[in-house]
Amino acid sequence: MRLRLEARPQPSRSMAWLSPLLAILATIVVGFLLFSSLGRNPSQALYVFFVKPVETLYGIGELLLKASPLMLCAIGLAAGYRANVWNIGAEGQLTLGAICGGGVALALEGVGTGAVLLPLMLVAGAVGGMAWAAIPAWLRNRCNANEILVSLMLVYVATLLLSLLVQGPWRDPEGFNFPQSRMFADAALLPVLLPGTRLNFGLVIALAAVALGWIFVRRSLTGFQMRVAGLAPAAANYAGISMQRTVWLGMLIGGAAAGIAGVGEAAGPIGQLLPSMSPGYGFAAIIVAFVGRLHPFGILLASLLMSLLYLGGESAQIGLALPSAVTGLFQGALLFFLLAADVLVNFRLRIVRDSSIAGAAHAAKAGI
Amino acid sequence: MEHFATLAALTLAAGTPLVFAALGELVAERSGVLNLGVEGMMLVGAVVSFIVTATTRHPWLGVAAGVTAGAAMALAFGVLTLSLMANQVASGLALSLFGVGLSAFIGLDYVSAVVEGIKPLAIPQVSDIPVVGRLLFAHSPFVYLFHTRAGLIVRAVGESPASAHAIGYSVARIRYLCVIFGGACAGLGGAYMAVAYTPLWTEGMTAGRGWIALALVVFATWKPWRALGGAYLFGGVTLAQFQAQAMGSEIPSQLLSMLPYIATIVVLTLISRDAIAIRLNAPASLGKPFHPDA
Amino acid sequence: MSAPPVALTRPRLQLSGIAKAYPGVVANDRIDLCVMPGEIHAVLGENGAGKSTLMKIIYGVVKPDAGTIRWDGELVTIANPGDARALGIGMVFQHFSLFESLTVGDNIALALDASEAKHGLDARISEVSARYGLAVEPRRRVHSLSAGERQRVEIVRCLLQKPRLLIMDEPTSVLTPQAVDKLFETLRRLKSEGCSILYISHKLDEIRALCERATVLRSGRVSGTCDPRTESPSSLARMMTGADLPHPRHRQTSQRGDGALLVKRLSLKADDPFGTDLVDVELAVRSGQIVGIAGVSGNGQTELLAALSGERPVDDPAAIELNGVAAGRLDAAQRRALGLAFVPEERLGRGAVPEMSLVENALLTAHRQGMTHRGFVRLDAARAYARAVIGQFQVKAAGAYAAARSLSGGNLQKFIVGREVLQGPRVLIAAQPTWGVDIGASALIRQALIDLRDEGVAVLVVSEELEELFEVCDAIAVIARGRLSPPKPTHETNVEEVGLLMSRPFGAEPRTGNAHAEPIDAP
Repeated sequence: MRLRLEARPQPSRSMAWLSPLLAILATIVVGFLLFSSLGRNPSQALYVFFVKPVETLYGIGELLLKASPLMLCAIGLAAGYRANVWNIGAEGQLTLGAICGGGVALALEGVGTGAVLLPLMLVAGAVGGMAWAAIPAWLRNRCNANEILVSLMLVYVATLLLSLLVQGPWRDPEGFNFPQSRMFADAALLPVLLPGTRLNFGLVIALAAVALGWIFVRRSLTGFQMRVAGLAPAAANYAGISMQRTVWLGMLIGGAAAGIAGVGEAAGPIGQLLPSMSPGYGFAAIIVAFVGRLHPFGILLASLLMSLLYLGGESAQIGLALPSAVTGLFQGALLFFLLAADVLVNFRLRIVRDSSIAGAAHAAKAGI
Repeated sequence: MEHFATLAALTLAAGTPLVFAALGELVAERSGVLNLGVEGMMLVGAVVSFIVTATTRHPWLGVAAGVTAGAAMALAFGVLTLSLMANQVASGLALSLFGVGLSAFIGLDYVSAVVEGIKPLAIPQVSDIPVVGRLLFAHSPFVYLFHTRAGLIVRAVGESPASAHAIGYSVARIRYLCVIFGGACAGLGGAYMAVAYTPLWTEGMTAGRGWIALALVVFATWKPWRALGGAYLFGGVTLAQFQAQAMGSEIPSQLLSMLPYIATIVVLTLISRDAIAIRLNAPASLGKPFHPDA
Repeated sequence: MSAPPVALTRPRLQLSGIAKAYPGVVANDRIDLCVMPGEIHAVLGENGAGKSTLMKIIYGVVKPDAGTIRWDGELVTIANPGDARALGIGMVFQHFSLFESLTVGDNIALALDASEAKHGLDARISEVSARYGLAVEPRRRVHSLSAGERQRVEIVRCLLQKPRLLIMDEPTSVLTPQAVDKLFETLRRLKSEGCSILYISHKLDEIRALCERATVLRSGRVSGTCDPRTESPSSLARMMTGADLPHPRHRQTSQRGDGALLVKRLSLKADDPFGTDLVDVELAVRSGQIVGIAGVSGNGQTELLAALSGERPVDDPAAIELNGVAAGRLDAAQRRALGLAFVPEERLGRGAVPEMSLVENALLTAHRQGMTHRGFVRLDAARAYARAVIGQFQVKAAGAYAAARSLSGGNLQKFIVGREVLQGPRVLIAAQPTWGVDIGASALIRQALIDLRDEGVAVLVVSEELEELFEVCDAIAVIARGRLSPPKPTHETNVEEVGLLMSRPFGAEPRTGNAHAEPIDAP
């Protein structure tokens, strides 16, 4: 007797929604086992990890604050992923967004630009992210270079570029030689939404991106055509859907969204440029996009979950003396389990009994 | 002359982790499986070998543990993509992200630890671990892939799993073996960095070498000898950048540090332009799942 | 129907009660089959009747759910192709099981046991190929071989294992009529040496010429056994389908408009290094006319169709003219806007997106039929269109929201043809329109093409089935080695002439020493 996978004639809709829940459950089980093996009371640890961070209003503000860049990046990445355009360099595009948006803030300080400054920074950030994403898009269209590798290499280059700037020309002259820029002026900071928390206007931008993403995917012809390009490239070519246009759109949407998220970090909780502008939001957004099934509302929920994992890691560091690196472990495990559970969307498990006449065969063969 | 010999030895040392990782991935890709998790497997191989070396004081035991850890990671990837038919790109990314998280988590207490690493072998200068490594591993995938029946079967499976299945080969079993071999090699590359090359452990110490190894496989148009050459070329680039920094060059260190990454993009682009070479050499089924519907 | 001969010889292969079910389909239902030594036994049936599944069971690729297999009277279980080969069963697959980038020698070695593959393989290959007149060159790479040459490699590979039963799955679909005769000689020679042959086909003439017994399958069951030499094509067809062969209605039309699709001096280098370059192709398809292009696959059809559909635009705008507009540089979408519709050869993955519903697949090419508004999709219009196609073309599907991949080949093809036809095209191109489709659906599709012609549409049909081309076309051209012969009115040509053109390309110089690098089949 053994288990066998059998293709379903139609993908299962209920499994498509159930598999992320199964993955979350499996991740929690892993957490339970991990915490007990480290000698912590597992239910206490799970409480510290998943509940304690959001018991206060401030905590909820932090949850939404961290969810915003994840949501934004993931919405942008999903546009590409649906079309089989694998931008995994959102972290670099986010960094470029922060550099460009932050550069505008630093350059225009004291010029009295008033209310135009923030929109200008956001546009500059989007342009920066798009420019960084345009490199892999152009190289893929022109030279067929793999966009996965190019976009990832550019993450390292972007980080080094930022480090170069904050240690060199943009270093705060009064910053005791620390590698950081001056603090931004108040006009260059995103307004806080909820008094008593750090939650800022970035959430509104992220939610708007979710709504736009939904309209784009579900209602626009271009969104439909990009899905075709992802599912069946030959069918896209047959129907006259341009692959080059699809690659450009997929990469640039992702770049713009990540760039804006970068400005959101610089002009939000950080308020200046540092050598590192994100705790890996650009990479975590890949997981958010998958756990959210590349669906805008799914991404909304997944970004909250992923944000909770970040907060849980911090909380575990303080409350349980565990390294905050446990966050990365949980994130990876979640994506792993999701991919495993996804098999049930397209296949069903069946138990089969092996036929028992194998012995006869060997007997017969021996006689030849 | 002696200076030249030292430089050559250093180049070999810098390129060796890439040799291991790239050749392992090359074998996996030849069987038709694209494993983007090389970076994660290298990191886990590095941290496990370092921890075992630090606790047992036996660096070779550490290397063995690193190889095993890389193979175990690859096995998990194999279960996802070969048994559960998950998307190879997504699963590879998951493996890399998971490996980064896992290695950071289990290596935290060892970040400032000091170990007695593997010393260069007794033969002076040029002869270093890389030479032995080359003899053991680098040559063999070449011989294996193109001059043995087993290699022929691997290439056949990568070319057309449906045909291989139809004439009676177990596609899944062959692909599992190749993927696990790739993981073991990546683990070895990581172990080499943690217990021989540096030897120390820092978070994310492979600094993108796993990804560069993936680019090298394309650069090599899936031919082992070219992967070997490419890896040592990159060793040279890395080394040149260190040398320039050490000699107090006027160029900011960040710009020099960008070199290996930009070089990767450049060579990847140059080789990918030749669509015909790629088409003639790339395994035809690369990245596509195969499910014998029987 | 005659009873199995009561002879002293035991049957070489005897199947009883073989059953195999897939989700939603019973592929084989209690099938009995008996093959005697030295017998050429036909397995006859429509597409989807269960022939391929049955052969895969015999060759150990698929495991049956129930039933027994006896080999020389002994009960056996064939768990994998290795077991089958050990018994002495060889199989030549319809879609070859060869490896493109490897050499002929490597391909043959892969199918043999490690010990057999080592010593003097090249010598044994030459010996077998000389003995049966099957020329193969062990050092050539498979991608440079024509379909006929590939088939020879497959047959030699089987013969090296000294089979006592050879399974041939639709072997003639890739051959010119002359090459078919040659294949039959080889098979008769094998028979005379005592080898049994299971011959799978849906071509009635061939079976009547070659086989002495036939087992007919219909919907997964045995619907009869007979001696095909004593049957007529229509009596065999009745056993296969349970009905008489349908014949299309031709209406004579006089309205011939101006040329709707013109191709002038089209030369094109293949994108794919394994492809075929097009050389000076000239073609005119006028409205109210069906032109057919015959040829063995791999002779430039793929490249020609990509150039005509706009999937691969060409440099010279004037090389392709659509309804009077120079269209060479236009892409597929722009050509559709000029009134072109196209039914591609591959249904799943090209003509339709497997995972998407029929509504979304209607949107794929028909969105110009009022399904969008300012860049947004009008789902109600797409749904109505999909339902119209389903209704008018008798598509059997679980509604308009069924995924394309859940449809059978014939029903999906009806959907794709219907989707293209209902767009009211002025030019329609159809590649292999009835390939792998059951007889009922074939008849409906051929009728739809004829009706379009009668409405004044210019129709181009590219097909490997000569029978089909002679049935629907007004004129037939032949493509070979990337060259196209001028179309000849159907009533002025015949199968032999077309067959000769398939093997001796129009306008090409006589074959020289190195000409074998081109895909072609010598008669």
